Amino acid sequence: MTEIVITGLGATTPLGGDLASTWANMLAGTSGVRAITEEWAEELPVKIAAYVAVDPSEIIDRVKARRLDRSTQLALIAAQQAWTDAGFEWEGEDQVDPHRLSVSLASGIGGLHSLLNNWDAHRDKGYRRVSPFTIPMLMANAPAANVGLAVHAKAGVHTPVSACASSNEAISLGLDLLRLGRADIAVVGGTEATIHPLPLAAFGQMQALSRRNDDPEGASRPWDRGRDGFVMGEGSAILVIETLEHAKARGAKIYGTIAGAGITADSHDMVQPDPTGEGQSGAMIKALQDSGMTPADIVHVNAHGTSTPQGDLTEAGSIRTALGDDTDHVVVTSTKSMTGHLLGGAGALETVASLMALRDRLVPPTINLVDPEPDLAIDIAANVARPLPAEGSLAAVNNSFGFGGHNVAIVVTNENATV
Amino acid sequence: MATTEEIRAQLAELVNDVAGVPVEDVQLDKSFVDDLDVDSLAMVEILVGCEEKFGVTIPDEESKNLKTVGDAVAYIEAHS
Repeated sequence: MTEIVITGLGATTPLGGDLASTWANMLAGTSGVRAITEEWAEELPVKIAAYVAVDPSEIIDRVKARRLDRSTQLALIAAQQAWTDAGFEWEGEDQVDPHRLSVSLASGIGGLHSLLNNWDAHRDKGYRRVSPFTIPMLMANAPAANVGLAVHAKAGVHTPVSACASSNEAISLGLDLLRLGRADIAVVGGTEATIHPLPLAAFGQMQALSRRNDDPEGASRPWDRGRDGFVMGEGSAILVIETLEHAKARGAKIYGTIAGAGITADSHDMVQPDPTGEGQSGAMIKALQDSGMTPADIVHVNAHGTSTPQGDLTEAGSIRTALGDDTDHVVVTSTKSMTGHLLGGAGALETVASLMALRDRLVPPTINLVDPEPDLAIDIAANVARPLPAEGSLAAVNNSFGFGGHNVAIVVTNENATV
Repeated sequence: MATTEEIRAQLAELVNDVAGVPVEDVQLDKSFVDDLDVDSLAMVEILVGCEEKFGVTIPDEESKNLKTVGDAVAYIEAHS
Protein backbone atom coordinates (compact mmCIF):
# COMPACT_ATOMS: atom_id res chain seq x y z
CA MET A 1 0.00 0.00 0.00
CA THR A 2 1.08 3.61 -0.58
CA GLU A 3 3.03 4.87 2.39
CA ILE A 4 1.79 8.12 3.90
CA VAL A 5 4.26 10.27 5.80
CA ILE A 6 4.03 13.32 8.04
CA THR A 7 6.00 16.34 6.88
CA GLY A 8 4.62 19.31 8.78
CA LEU A 9 3.26 19.90 12.28
CA GLY A 10 1.58 22.84 13.99
CA ALA A 11 -0.32 23.41 17.21
CA THR A 12 -1.74 26.11 19.42
CA THR A 13 -2.79 24.66 22.74
CA PRO A 14 -3.25 25.35 26.45
CA LEU A 15 0.43 24.43 26.87
CA GLY A 16 1.91 26.73 24.24
CA GLY A 17 1.36 28.89 21.19
CA ASP A 18 3.28 26.48 18.99
CA LEU A 19 4.30 22.85 18.92
CA ALA A 20 7.77 23.34 20.42
CA SER A 21 6.47 25.06 23.55
CA THR A 22 3.49 22.70 23.79
CA TRP A 23 5.75 19.66 23.60
CA ALA A 24 8.28 21.01 26.11
CA ASN A 25 5.53 21.73 28.61
CA MET A 26 3.94 18.35 27.95
CA LEU A 27 7.17 16.51 28.71
CA ALA A 28 7.63 18.63 31.82
CA GLY A 29 4.18 17.70 33.12
CA THR A 30 2.78 21.23 33.11
CA SER A 31 -0.95 21.75 33.52
CA GLY A 32 -2.71 24.21 31.20
CA VAL A 33 -5.87 24.30 33.32
CA ARG A 34 -6.78 27.43 35.23
CA ALA A 35 -9.67 29.25 36.88
CA ILE A 36 -12.07 31.06 34.57
CA THR A 37 -11.92 34.67 35.68
CA GLU A 38 -14.82 35.93 33.59
CA GLU A 39 -17.89 37.05 35.46
CA TRP A 40 -20.20 34.54 33.80
CA ALA A 41 -18.43 31.67 35.53
CA GLU A 42 -19.50 32.83 38.99
CA GLU A 43 -22.90 31.18 38.84
CA LEU A 44 -21.72 28.01 37.09
CA PRO A 45 -20.77 24.84 38.98
CA VAL A 46 -17.72 24.52 36.70
CA LYS A 47 -15.28 27.44 36.96
CA ILE A 48 -12.16 25.96 35.35
CA ALA A 49 -10.95 25.46 31.77
CA ALA A 50 -7.80 25.15 29.68
CA TYR A 51 -7.56 28.26 27.52
CA VAL A 52 -4.97 28.45 24.75
CA ALA A 53 -1.66 29.77 26.07
CA VAL A 54 -1.46 32.45 23.36
CA ASP A 55 -4.72 34.20 22.54
CA PRO A 56 -5.41 34.30 18.78
CA SER A 57 -5.97 38.06 19.01
CA GLU A 58 -2.21 38.37 19.52
CA ILE A 59 -1.60 36.78 16.11
CA ILE A 60 -4.52 37.34 13.76
CA ASP A 61 -5.19 40.83 12.43
CA ARG A 62 -8.23 42.45 14.08
CA VAL A 63 -10.19 43.11 10.89
CA LYS A 64 -9.61 39.56 9.63
CA ALA A 65 -10.52 38.12 13.01
CA ARG A 66 -13.95 39.82 12.88
CA ARG A 67 -14.90 37.39 10.12
CA LEU A 68 -13.53 34.25 11.74
CA ASP A 69 -14.88 32.22 14.61
CA ARG A 70 -12.36 31.56 17.36
CA SER A 71 -12.25 27.88 16.31
CA THR A 72 -11.21 28.93 12.80
CA GLN A 73 -8.67 31.43 14.12
CA LEU A 74 -6.98 28.66 16.11
CA ALA A 75 -7.03 26.33 13.09
CA LEU A 76 -5.45 28.97 10.86
CA ILE A 77 -2.68 29.59 13.39
CA ALA A 78 -1.87 25.87 13.67
CA ALA A 79 -2.22 25.34 9.92
CA GLN A 80 0.17 28.19 9.15
CA GLN A 81 2.75 26.62 11.46
CA ALA A 82 2.29 23.17 9.89
CA TRP A 83 2.34 24.44 6.31
CA THR A 84 5.47 26.50 6.98
CA ASP A 85 7.07 23.59 8.83
CA ALA A 86 6.43 21.44 5.75
CA GLY A 87 8.56 23.87 3.76
CA PHE A 88 5.87 25.96 2.10
CA GLU A 89 5.13 29.67 2.16
CA TRP A 90 1.82 30.53 3.82
CA GLU A 91 -0.60 32.23 1.42
CA GLY A 92 2.19 32.26 -1.16
CA GLU A 93 2.13 31.24 -4.80
CA ASP A 94 1.11 27.62 -5.45
CA GLN A 95 3.94 25.38 -4.35
CA VAL A 96 2.10 22.12 -4.96
CA ASP A 97 -0.51 21.28 -7.59
CA PRO A 98 -3.75 22.66 -6.06
CA HIS A 99 -5.71 19.88 -7.75
CA ARG A 100 -3.65 17.33 -5.80
CA LEU A 101 -3.95 19.13 -2.46
CA SER A 102 -6.76 18.29 -0.02
CA VAL A 103 -7.87 19.41 3.44
CA SER A 104 -9.56 17.24 6.06
CA LEU A 105 -10.02 19.31 9.17
CA ALA A 106 -12.56 18.75 11.89
CA SER A 107 -14.36 20.56 14.62
CA GLY A 108 -16.58 18.68 17.03
CA ILE A 109 -19.06 21.49 17.57
CA GLY A 110 -18.32 24.27 15.09
CA GLY A 111 -18.50 28.05 15.40
CA LEU A 112 -20.17 28.10 18.75
CA HIS A 113 -19.13 31.61 19.80
CA SER A 114 -20.35 33.06 16.50
CA LEU A 115 -23.69 31.29 16.74
CA LEU A 116 -24.39 32.28 20.33
CA ASN A 117 -23.01 35.82 20.19
CA ASN A 118 -25.16 36.62 17.17
CA TRP A 119 -28.19 35.12 18.84
CA ASP A 120 -27.47 37.41 21.81
CA ALA A 121 -27.34 40.37 19.40
CA HIS A 122 -30.57 39.32 17.69
CA ARG A 123 -32.47 38.80 20.93
CA ASP A 124 -31.21 41.98 22.61
CA LYS A 125 -31.08 44.45 19.70
CA GLY A 126 -33.01 42.95 16.81
CA TYR A 127 -32.24 41.16 13.57
CA ARG A 128 -30.39 44.09 11.99
CA ARG A 129 -27.57 43.57 14.48
CA VAL A 130 -26.91 40.03 13.30
CA SER A 131 -23.58 40.01 11.47
CA PRO A 132 -23.77 39.15 7.77
CA PHE A 133 -20.73 36.96 8.45
CA THR A 134 -22.57 34.78 10.95
CA ILE A 135 -23.19 31.77 8.69
CA PRO A 136 -19.70 31.45 7.21
CA MET A 137 -18.38 31.85 10.76
CA LEU A 138 -20.58 29.30 12.51
CA MET A 139 -20.67 26.48 9.99
CA ALA A 140 -18.75 23.41 11.13
CA ASN A 141 -16.75 23.31 7.90
CA ALA A 142 -15.52 26.91 8.33
CA PRO A 143 -12.10 25.98 9.76
CA ALA A 144 -11.46 23.52 6.93
CA ALA A 145 -12.77 25.95 4.31
CA ASN A 146 -10.59 28.80 5.56
CA VAL A 147 -7.49 26.62 5.67
CA GLY A 148 -8.38 25.37 2.19
CA LEU A 149 -8.54 28.96 0.94
CA ALA A 150 -5.21 29.80 2.55
CA VAL A 151 -3.29 26.85 1.06
CA HIS A 152 -5.30 26.87 -2.17
CA ALA A 153 -6.57 23.30 -1.94
CA LYS A 154 -8.71 22.16 -4.86
CA ALA A 155 -8.75 18.39 -4.42
CA GLY A 156 -11.61 18.56 -1.92
CA VAL A 157 -12.00 20.12 1.52
CA HIS A 158 -13.65 17.96 4.16
CA THR A 159 -14.99 18.16 7.70
CA PRO A 160 -15.86 14.86 9.35
CA VAL A 161 -17.86 15.42 12.55
CA SER A 162 -17.95 12.76 15.26
CA ALA A 163 -17.80 14.75 18.49
CA CYS A 164 -14.54 14.11 20.36
CA ALA A 165 -13.35 11.60 17.75
CA SER A 166 -13.66 14.19 14.97
CA SER A 167 -10.04 15.04 14.33
CA ASN A 168 -8.85 11.45 14.39
CA GLU A 169 -11.57 10.79 11.86
CA ALA A 170 -10.27 13.73 9.82
CA ILE A 171 -6.78 12.23 9.87
CA SER A 172 -8.21 8.86 8.86
CA LEU A 173 -10.07 10.45 5.97
CA GLY A 174 -6.93 12.26 4.84
CA LEU A 175 -5.05 8.97 4.94
CA ASP A 176 -7.73 7.33 2.79
CA LEU A 177 -7.72 10.17 0.25
CA LEU A 178 -3.98 9.84 -0.24
CA ARG A 179 -4.06 6.05 -0.40
CA LEU A 180 -6.88 6.14 -2.94
CA GLY A 181 -4.89 8.52 -5.10
CA ARG A 182 -7.39 11.37 -4.80
CA ALA A 183 -4.62 13.70 -3.65
CA ASP A 184 -0.86 13.67 -3.14
CA ILE A 185 -0.77 15.87 -0.06
CA ALA A 186 -3.29 16.88 2.59
CA VAL A 187 -3.64 19.23 5.53
CA VAL A 188 -5.37 17.31 8.30
CA GLY A 189 -6.28 17.88 11.93
CA GLY A 190 -8.81 19.50 14.18
CA THR A 191 -9.77 22.55 16.18
CA GLU A 192 -12.17 23.54 18.91
CA ALA A 193 -13.08 26.69 20.83
CA THR A 194 -15.98 26.08 23.18
CA ILE A 195 -15.05 27.74 26.45
CA HIS A 196 -18.34 29.57 26.75
CA PRO A 197 -21.00 29.43 29.47
CA LEU A 198 -23.45 27.37 27.42
CA PRO A 199 -21.32 24.27 26.75
CA LEU A 200 -19.86 24.49 30.26
CA ALA A 201 -23.40 24.52 31.65
CA ALA A 202 -24.54 21.78 29.26
CA PHE A 203 -21.62 19.40 29.83
CA GLY A 204 -21.90 20.32 33.51
CA GLN A 205 -25.56 19.26 33.56
CA MET A 206 -24.44 15.91 32.14
CA GLN A 207 -22.09 15.60 35.15
CA ALA A 208 -19.31 15.21 32.60
CA LEU A 209 -17.04 18.05 33.82
CA SER A 210 -14.72 18.21 36.80
CA ARG A 211 -15.82 20.56 39.56
CA ARG A 212 -12.47 20.67 41.28
CA ASN A 213 -12.65 24.46 41.10
CA ASP A 214 -10.27 25.02 44.00
CA ASP A 215 -7.49 23.03 42.31
CA PRO A 216 -7.54 23.75 38.55
CA GLU A 217 -4.16 22.14 37.83
CA GLY A 218 -5.22 19.00 39.66
CA ALA A 219 -8.65 18.75 38.04
CA SER A 220 -7.81 16.57 35.04
CA ARG A 221 -6.56 13.32 36.61
CA PRO A 222 -7.12 10.34 34.34
CA TRP A 223 -7.21 6.96 36.15
CA ASP A 224 -6.81 8.62 39.54
CA ARG A 225 -9.49 7.62 42.02
CA GLY A 226 -10.17 11.28 42.78
CA ARG A 227 -11.18 12.11 39.18
CA ASP A 228 -14.61 13.64 38.68
CA GLY A 229 -14.89 14.50 34.99
CA PHE A 230 -13.04 16.13 32.14
CA VAL A 231 -11.82 19.72 31.86
CA MET A 232 -12.86 21.76 28.84
CA GLY A 233 -9.89 22.77 26.72
CA GLU A 234 -9.48 24.62 23.45
CA GLY A 235 -6.93 24.70 20.68
CA SER A 236 -5.91 23.21 17.38
CA ALA A 237 -3.36 20.79 15.99
CA ILE A 238 -2.64 20.29 12.30
CA LEU A 239 -0.50 17.87 10.30
CA VAL A 240 0.67 18.01 6.71
CA ILE A 241 0.67 14.47 5.32
CA GLU A 242 1.67 13.27 1.88
CA THR A 243 2.59 10.19 -0.06
CA LEU A 244 6.16 9.08 0.56
CA GLU A 245 6.82 9.51 -3.15
CA HIS A 246 5.58 13.12 -3.11
CA ALA A 247 7.58 13.93 0.01
CA LYS A 248 10.77 12.44 -1.37
CA ALA A 249 10.35 14.13 -4.74
CA ARG A 250 10.33 17.55 -3.10
CA GLY A 251 13.00 16.68 -0.55
CA ALA A 252 10.76 17.22 2.45
CA LYS A 253 11.85 16.37 5.97
CA ILE A 254 9.80 13.50 7.41
CA TYR A 255 8.63 13.10 11.00
CA GLY A 256 7.29 9.58 10.56
CA THR A 257 4.53 7.54 9.00
CA ILE A 258 0.79 7.34 9.48
CA ALA A 259 0.59 3.59 9.23
CA GLY A 260 -3.13 3.05 9.57
CA ALA A 261 -6.48 3.88 11.09
CA GLY A 262 -9.35 1.95 12.57
CA ILE A 263 -12.93 3.11 13.03
CA THR A 264 -15.84 1.45 14.82
CA ALA A 265 -19.15 2.55 16.32
CA ASP A 266 -20.41 1.21 19.65
CA SER A 267 -24.08 1.14 18.74
CA HIS A 268 -24.67 0.95 22.47
CA ASP A 269 -25.60 4.34 23.93
CA MET A 270 -25.52 7.99 22.90
CA VAL A 271 -23.03 9.10 25.53
CA GLN A 272 -21.85 6.14 27.64
CA PRO A 273 -19.12 3.88 26.24
CA ASP A 274 -20.04 0.25 25.76
CA PRO A 275 -18.72 -1.16 29.08
CA THR A 276 -17.44 -4.29 27.34
CA GLY A 277 -15.08 -2.02 25.35
CA GLU A 278 -15.84 -3.98 22.20
CA GLY A 279 -16.05 -0.89 20.01
CA GLN A 280 -12.95 0.73 21.49
CA SER A 281 -10.77 -2.36 21.27
CA GLY A 282 -12.22 -3.03 17.83
CA ALA A 283 -10.95 0.34 16.59
CA MET A 284 -7.45 -0.41 17.88
CA ILE A 285 -7.46 -3.91 16.35
CA LYS A 286 -8.63 -2.55 13.01
CA ALA A 287 -5.96 0.14 13.10
CA LEU A 288 -3.28 -2.47 13.70
CA GLN A 289 -4.60 -4.62 10.85
CA ASP A 290 -4.73 -1.58 8.58
CA SER A 291 -1.10 -0.87 9.50
CA GLY A 292 0.03 -4.43 8.87
CA MET A 293 1.16 -4.64 12.48
CA THR A 294 0.63 -6.81 15.51
CA PRO A 295 0.36 -5.79 19.17
CA ALA A 296 4.03 -6.77 19.57
CA ASP A 297 4.96 -3.74 17.43
CA ILE A 298 3.24 -1.20 19.69
CA VAL A 299 5.28 0.56 22.39
CA HIS A 300 2.99 3.43 23.32
CA VAL A 301 -0.69 4.32 23.52
CA ASN A 302 -1.84 7.93 23.82
CA ALA A 303 -5.20 7.20 25.37
CA HIS A 304 -8.45 9.10 25.04
CA GLY A 305 -8.28 9.20 28.87
CA THR A 306 -10.57 12.13 29.57
CA SER A 307 -10.65 11.76 33.39
CA THR A 308 -14.27 10.64 33.57
CA PRO A 309 -15.12 7.94 36.14
CA GLN A 310 -16.42 5.34 33.68
CA GLY A 311 -14.57 6.24 30.48
CA ASP A 312 -11.07 5.77 31.89
CA LEU A 313 -11.86 2.31 33.27
CA THR A 314 -13.48 1.13 30.05
CA GLU A 315 -10.53 2.30 27.96
CA ALA A 316 -7.97 0.61 30.23
CA GLY A 317 -9.81 -2.67 29.68
CA SER A 318 -10.15 -2.04 25.96
CA ILE A 319 -6.42 -1.49 25.57
CA ARG A 320 -5.70 -4.86 27.17
CA THR A 321 -8.38 -6.54 25.08
CA ALA A 322 -6.85 -5.13 21.90
CA LEU A 323 -3.19 -5.70 22.72
CA GLY A 324 -3.40 -8.78 24.96
CA ASP A 325 -0.22 -9.74 26.81
CA ASP A 326 1.71 -7.26 24.67
CA THR A 327 0.04 -4.55 26.77
CA ASP A 328 2.79 -5.28 29.31
CA HIS A 329 5.43 -3.54 27.17
CA VAL A 330 3.24 -0.59 26.18
CA VAL A 331 3.55 2.79 27.92
CA VAL A 332 0.14 4.41 28.17
CA THR A 333 -0.50 8.09 28.85
CA SER A 334 -3.25 10.68 28.77
CA THR A 335 -1.98 14.09 27.80
CA LYS A 336 -5.46 15.42 28.59
CA SER A 337 -4.24 15.47 32.19
CA MET A 338 -2.34 18.59 31.09
CA THR A 339 -4.23 20.03 28.11
CA GLY A 340 -7.79 19.36 29.19
CA HIS A 341 -10.11 17.99 26.53
CA LEU A 342 -9.92 19.75 23.16
CA LEU A 343 -13.02 17.85 21.92
CA GLY A 344 -12.75 18.02 18.11
CA GLY A 345 -9.12 19.09 18.41
CA ALA A 346 -8.10 16.32 20.80
CA GLY A 347 -7.34 13.50 18.39
CA ALA A 348 -5.08 15.63 16.22
CA LEU A 349 -3.16 17.04 19.18
CA GLU A 350 -2.71 13.57 20.62
CA THR A 351 -1.66 12.07 17.29
CA VAL A 352 0.98 14.81 17.12
CA ALA A 353 2.00 14.04 20.72
CA SER A 354 2.27 10.32 19.87
CA LEU A 355 4.54 11.12 16.96
CA MET A 356 6.72 13.44 19.06
CA ALA A 357 6.97 10.72 21.73
CA LEU A 358 8.36 8.34 19.10
CA ARG A 359 10.75 11.00 17.78
CA ASP A 360 12.16 11.79 21.24
CA ARG A 361 11.66 8.23 22.53
CA LEU A 362 9.99 9.78 25.53
CA VAL A 363 6.34 9.46 26.57
CA PRO A 364 4.85 12.54 28.25
CA PRO A 365 3.40 11.92 31.69
CA THR A 366 -0.14 11.53 32.94
CA ILE A 367 -0.06 14.10 35.71
CA ASN A 368 -2.13 14.07 38.93
CA LEU A 369 -2.02 10.29 39.11
CA VAL A 370 -1.43 10.03 42.86
CA ASP A 371 -4.03 7.43 43.81
CA PRO A 372 -4.46 5.14 40.80
CA GLU A 373 -7.47 2.89 40.33
CA PRO A 374 -6.42 -0.42 41.91
CA ASP A 375 -6.96 -2.94 39.15
CA LEU A 376 -5.71 -1.17 36.05
CA ALA A 377 -3.98 -3.69 33.79
CA ILE A 378 -2.08 -1.01 31.87
CA ASP A 379 1.30 0.62 32.52
CA ILE A 380 0.79 4.38 32.77
CA ALA A 381 3.56 7.00 32.59
CA ALA A 382 2.49 8.38 35.96
CA ASN A 383 3.57 11.94 36.74
CA VAL A 384 6.96 11.86 34.99
CA ALA A 385 7.93 11.29 31.35
CA ARG A 386 8.89 7.71 30.55
CA PRO A 387 11.58 6.63 28.08
CA LEU A 388 10.83 4.30 25.18
CA PRO A 389 13.33 1.75 23.81
CA ALA A 390 16.48 3.60 22.77
CA GLU A 391 16.82 1.93 19.39
CA GLY A 392 14.77 0.42 16.62
CA SER A 393 11.37 0.87 15.07
CA LEU A 394 8.63 2.34 17.22
CA ALA A 395 4.88 2.44 16.74
CA ALA A 396 2.14 4.10 18.77
CA VAL A 397 -1.64 4.06 18.87
CA ASN A 398 -3.71 7.17 19.52
CA ASN A 399 -7.31 6.67 20.66
CA SER A 400 -10.20 9.09 20.32
CA PHE A 401 -13.76 8.32 21.30
CA GLY A 402 -16.81 10.54 20.86
CA PHE A 403 -20.37 10.95 22.05
CA GLY A 404 -22.49 8.97 19.64
CA GLY A 405 -20.29 5.90 20.16
CA HIS A 406 -17.57 6.87 17.68
CA ASN A 407 -14.19 5.17 18.13
CA VAL A 408 -11.18 6.09 16.01
CA ALA A 409 -7.63 4.79 16.52
CA ILE A 410 -4.63 6.01 14.54
CA VAL A 411 -1.26 4.24 14.30
CA VAL A 412 1.88 6.32 13.81
CA THR A 413 5.43 5.01 13.46
CA ASN A 414 8.95 6.36 13.14
CA GLU A 415 9.38 4.64 9.76
CA ASN A 416 10.86 6.93 7.11
CA ALA A 417 11.66 9.56 9.72
CA THR A 418 14.47 11.95 8.83
CA VAL A 419 14.19 14.28 11.83
CA MET B 1 -26.44 68.85 13.41
CA ALA B 2 -23.14 67.30 12.38
CA THR B 3 -21.28 68.78 9.43
CA THR B 4 -20.53 66.80 6.27
CA GLU B 5 -16.91 66.49 7.36
CA GLU B 6 -17.88 65.25 10.82
CA ILE B 7 -20.13 62.60 9.30
CA ARG B 8 -17.42 61.57 6.83
CA ALA B 9 -14.87 61.27 9.60
CA GLN B 10 -17.15 59.11 11.75
CA LEU B 11 -18.04 56.96 8.76
CA ALA B 12 -14.33 56.58 8.01
CA GLU B 13 -13.75 55.19 11.49
CA LEU B 14 -16.55 52.70 10.94
CA VAL B 15 -15.17 51.59 7.58
CA ASN B 16 -11.75 51.20 9.17
CA ASP B 17 -13.19 49.17 12.01
CA VAL B 18 -15.15 46.80 9.76
CA ALA B 19 -12.95 46.53 6.69
CA GLY B 20 -9.54 47.77 7.78
CA VAL B 21 -9.46 50.60 5.22
CA PRO B 22 -7.19 53.46 6.38
CA VAL B 23 -9.37 56.35 7.56
CA GLU B 24 -7.63 58.86 5.29
CA ASP B 25 -8.69 56.82 2.23
CA VAL B 26 -12.39 57.15 3.05
CA GLN B 27 -13.14 60.30 1.01
CA LEU B 28 -16.45 61.45 -0.48
CA ASP B 29 -15.59 60.55 -4.08
CA LYS B 30 -14.51 57.00 -3.27
CA SER B 31 -16.58 53.96 -4.26
CA PHE B 32 -16.90 51.46 -1.43
CA VAL B 33 -16.54 48.46 -3.75
CA ASP B 34 -14.26 49.71 -6.54
CA ASP B 35 -11.93 52.03 -4.64
CA LEU B 36 -11.98 50.81 -1.04
CA ASP B 37 -12.35 47.09 -1.75
CA VAL B 38 -15.26 46.72 0.68
CA ASP B 39 -17.15 43.51 -0.09
CA SER B 40 -20.93 43.13 0.04
CA LEU B 41 -21.05 41.54 3.49
CA ALA B 42 -18.77 44.19 4.99
CA MET B 43 -21.04 46.82 3.36
CA VAL B 44 -24.00 45.40 5.28
CA GLU B 45 -22.06 45.73 8.51
CA ILE B 46 -21.04 49.30 7.69
CA LEU B 47 -24.61 50.39 6.94
CA VAL B 48 -25.94 48.75 10.12
CA GLY B 49 -23.13 50.55 11.94
CA CYS B 50 -24.34 53.83 10.40
CA GLU B 51 -27.85 53.16 11.67
CA GLU B 52 -26.48 52.74 15.17
CA LYS B 53 -24.05 55.66 15.02
CA PHE B 54 -26.21 58.25 13.25
CA GLY B 55 -29.71 57.16 14.29
CA VAL B 56 -30.90 56.73 10.71
CA THR B 57 -32.74 53.85 9.08
CA ILE B 58 -31.28 52.51 5.84
CA PRO B 59 -33.72 50.08 4.20
CA ASP B 60 -32.15 47.17 2.30
CA GLU B 61 -33.57 48.51 -0.99
CA GLU B 62 -31.91 51.87 -0.36
CA SER B 63 -28.50 50.42 0.46
CA LYS B 64 -27.74 49.46 -3.14
CA ASN B 65 -27.89 53.14 -4.12
CA LEU B 66 -25.15 54.08 -1.66
CA LYS B 67 -22.18 53.38 -3.91
CA THR B 68 -19.77 56.06 -2.76
CA VAL B 69 -18.79 57.50 0.58
CA GLY B 70 -20.45 60.73 -0.58
CA ASP B 71 -23.73 58.87 -1.27
CA ALA B 72 -23.75 57.50 2.25
CA VAL B 73 -22.85 60.83 3.86
CA ALA B 74 -25.60 62.61 1.86
CA TYR B 75 -28.16 59.97 2.89
CA ILE B 76 -27.20 60.33 6.54
CA GLU B 77 -27.39 64.15 6.33
CA ALA B 78 -30.85 63.97 4.74
CA HIS B 79 -32.29 61.43 7.16
CA SER B 80 -30.75 62.13 10.56
